[in-house]
Amino acid sequence: MSLTRLIAIARKEVLHIVRDARSLGIVIVMPVTLMLLFGYGVNLDLKGMPVYVYDQEGSQQSQDLLKHFQSSQYFHVARVVDSYSAVSRALDDGSARMAIVIPWNFSLQLGAGRPVTVQALVDATDDNTANVLIGYAQAVVQGYSSQIQLDWLRQRGIAAETSPVSVQTRTWYNENLESSVFIIPGVLALVMSVIGAFLTSLTIAREWERGTMEQLISTPVTAMEIMLGKLAPYFVIGMFDVAVCAFIAIAWFKVPFRGSFAALTFSSALFLVVVLALGFYISVIAKNQFTASQIALLVNFLPAFLLSGFLFAIEQMPVALQWITRILPARYYVSVLKKIFLKGTPTAMLSADLVPLAVFAALLAIVATRSFHKRLE
Amino acid sequence: MTEPLQIEMGLAIAAEGLRKSFPGVRAPDIRAVDGLSFNVRAGEIFGLVGPDGAGKTTTLRMLAGIMPPEAGSAVVAGRDVLRDPERAKHWLGYMPQRFGLYEDLTVDENIRFYADLFGVRGKERAPRSTQLLAAAGMSEFRARRAGNLSGGMKQKLGLVCALIHRPTVILLDEPTTGVDPVSRRDFWRILYELAAEGVAILTSTAYLDEAERCHRVALMNRGRLLFCDTPANLKSQFGKDVLSVTSPEPQRLRSHLERAGGVSSFVLTGDGVHLVVDQAARRIPEFEARLEIDHVPFDNIQQVEPTIEDLFIDAVAGEEELNARD
Amino acid sequence: MHATETSVVMENLVKRFGSFVAVDRLNLSVRKGEVFGFLGPNGAGKSTTIRMLCGLLRPTSGRASVAGYDVARDPEAVRQNIGYMSQKFSLYNDLKVIENLRLFAGLYSVTGKLAGERIAWALEMADLNGREQRITGTLPGGWKQRLALGCAVLHRPPIIFLDEPTSGVDPISRRRFWDLIHQMAEQGVTVFVTTHYMEEAEYCNRLALIFRGRIVALGTPSELKRNSMKGELLLVECEPLGRALEALQSAPGVMDVAVFGNALHLSVEDAASSAPRIDAFLRQCGLTPGKIEKIRPTLEDAFVSLTTTGPAAEARTQ
Repeated sequence: MSLTRLIAIARKEVLHIVRDARSLGIVIVMPVTLMLLFGYGVNLDLKGMPVYVYDQEGSQQSQDLLKHFQSSQYFHVARVVDSYSAVSRALDDGSARMAIVIPWNFSLQLGAGRPVTVQALVDATDDNTANVLIGYAQAVVQGYSSQIQLDWLRQRGIAAETSPVSVQTRTWYNENLESSVFIIPGVLALVMSVIGAFLTSLTIAREWERGTMEQLISTPVTAMEIMLGKLAPYFVIGMFDVAVCAFIAIAWFKVPFRGSFAALTFSSALFLVVVLALGFYISVIAKNQFTASQIALLVNFLPAFLLSGFLFAIEQMPVALQWITRILPARYYVSVLKKIFLKGTPTAMLSADLVPLAVFAALLAIVATRSFHKRLE
Repeated sequence: MTEPLQIEMGLAIAAEGLRKSFPGVRAPDIRAVDGLSFNVRAGEIFGLVGPDGAGKTTTLRMLAGIMPPEAGSAVVAGRDVLRDPERAKHWLGYMPQRFGLYEDLTVDENIRFYADLFGVRGKERAPRSTQLLAAAGMSEFRARRAGNLSGGMKQKLGLVCALIHRPTVILLDEPTTGVDPVSRRDFWRILYELAAEGVAILTSTAYLDEAERCHRVALMNRGRLLFCDTPANLKSQFGKDVLSVTSPEPQRLRSHLERAGGVSSFVLTGDGVHLVVDQAARRIPEFEARLEIDHVPFDNIQQVEPTIEDLFIDAVAGEEELNARD
Repeated sequence: MHATETSVVMENLVKRFGSFVAVDRLNLSVRKGEVFGFLGPNGAGKSTTIRMLCGLLRPTSGRASVAGYDVARDPEAVRQNIGYMSQKFSLYNDLKVIENLRLFAGLYSVTGKLAGERIAWALEMADLNGREQRITGTLPGGWKQRLALGCAVLHRPPIIFLDEPTSGVDPISRRRFWDLIHQMAEQGVTVFVTTHYMEEAEYCNRLALIFRGRIVALGTPSELKRNSMKGELLLVECEPLGRALEALQSAPGVMDVAVFGNALHLSVEDAASSAPRIDAFLRQCGLTPGKIEKIRPTLEDAFVSLTTTGPAAEARTQ
């Protein structure tokens, strides 16, 4: 192994990257863009859902109930209408996600000590949101209902307290229940996948496509020197991007960081080896850049996006898919990232994720090394 | 490093029985190289000449150690290229048919890259690259990106990168295709100087007339060797004579001479005809008489030296027709 | 020479790309039925000129007319009257022979019974009868050439443009191809060829040598070889060649000396008188010269001579 030759290959690769606007864009602009995109753009929280109200009675008591809805941060009472047709129009065109209809005999029934039903009409096109809204609405009404019950009991001279059994919740790890905190650490896995998918997978394919490979293999440089020399710059770029993303996450998005930087560095390096080896292998078997990038997209990037648990929880997936995620390196990296950022899990306990990652890294490194031959055919 | 094996015989390249086939796509397998044997001596410019598909590129790739042959042996710069290609590559310079350098790197960066790959240390690289670039007339283009060079300059840069490590053998695949005539001369001047220094040069070309520039040529067709000798010997051994007739009405010449006795090959050029006959001395007066009788205008009938193309066509003519009817 | 119909005329044709002048005031007229060659290295302006003549590029200034139509004003009319064949880009390799023919017939609006006749003619000319169903990509080079030619002339254009038509094709196929071209020329088709390959130029009736956007020479191949050379060429055989080369570089009356194969080529004023002088000179230097004879210059010699002495040479060192 000649260090001179290896460095020559690495230096050339750096020149290619720097002189190609697209790859430079991927190195510098992409990580920041992805962080901002997912940090701000993707918001799984539900706040201020537009609600229309059709108050058939318009009494003091119905207004009272409405105030409970208004004071909840989950709802935003957008309009008060006076017909069912207005309600259905609003739900149709999406101006309202939910409509509350208070019946004409609301206070009448309550005053007579009889139960009454409030109608909630929900747009369930997005059933996740709908479920949450129904839950919130029921909670609000339940709260109001308990209040009424207490009043009734007091009127009969029974002194009672609020509900006998209550739940006190404390949220660990993501105190404000902000989805961005949950998502952002996983964006690192996405960034690494793009580096592997798009950048690295082009490297060997480009030499074949442009015809420079033929001259390259006529020199004494070895296959190992070519591989290591070409991957070294991408490794440095990858680690650099990890640092950049971690900085943005912590300093800008205020994502808590409770683990150790050493653990972050080590696990990122492992995942980077996986992604680079895979990218290199794809670059060898695809003889041109277009095919290489397509394969990389399918095999590296999309699984990282959809199945790694970065955005969609693995536990919610069908069992078959859950089993598939076990052979996805990205899944383990995302899991480690969340543990390091949010839970501060001690490094020793990360082995459940790090060991599979290391195995993948070793396996793919071997496959990549053996795939490339200095031969024309 | 082990001592070069063939040095006492002065053979820089010794190829024996090389064979290579490629799987056919919806067609039978193609025998690209079919039992090729030839030698190249140190200080010799040896031309591998033949049309596209003759097997020149495949042969060069096998000798460069980047494509293993099916059968045969090749010893280049004293090393067995088939068993130990990597060892041989230290002494070889290879220039592929398609420009093999990096368009987004400058001339200097390309040279440095290849110098590093061949282990040429900085102290030696600087003067050597200066000298080579000056010989190629490219000294003022060092900082220019290779992609912005003209075709002729790209080829010269390719040659410089193949020479930076002082190889004893260089393999060039159609190095002057598409190059303007002036750059072509520069290129050949460099080759002649290298040959004078003892470097063995194997170059391929599809231009049969370029064969005249080589010390020895091997004419190839369909993977096989037709002849192998100096151009002068090949011509003197031709056995037929070549005539050239100029005329303002070449088409009329054709109808009168094409099927005349003794004519084995006939081609219409822009301002006359070029024919291969059995005996010039006999046929010239015959043709002159014929043309005068029929009042066909012509300037004169001259005997000219046969071109390599004449030799090639004569050797191949019948074979091509047969092979095409598949 | 009596005036016959002119087919292609260029008057002070200029094309500029920004500040770069690709075509610099070309003046030329090509006769009907002539095989005319446009010869020059890559980048000399040949392709740009062809594109203007085909109505694909607007001239910056000057005029050109093809088949009587002005290229700037009636490009569509021009395109309907020309056939264009480019060796590399004409055919679709994954289509069958017959499919390519039908495609081009359609593109040139040759339909119905006429299409059938023309396609039959093209197959006959290209010697592809019985091979209509073959995939074009599997044909050997020479066949593809003739097929491409056939496709380019299905609509019987009066003028055809050939761009590097036989580069890479074996010599026999090349001769067959040029036979076809000459037959077409005999029938009155004007053939305009561009090439950087000097030997292909021998097949043309007349040639224009292009260098840096200008015509540096015009005439028949023989005229060019005769008139464009400064002086005459001598072939000198002498061992050892290296020493002879060195010695002759300073010999009197020798304008230029270069190695060529196993001999030297010398540029001298007059071959007849120089030959004995060179012989004596070499013997004086202690060398034994062999053959010394006058040789005919090639078109390449002519081209180099024209572009390395005189104003063109100044432009070359760029």
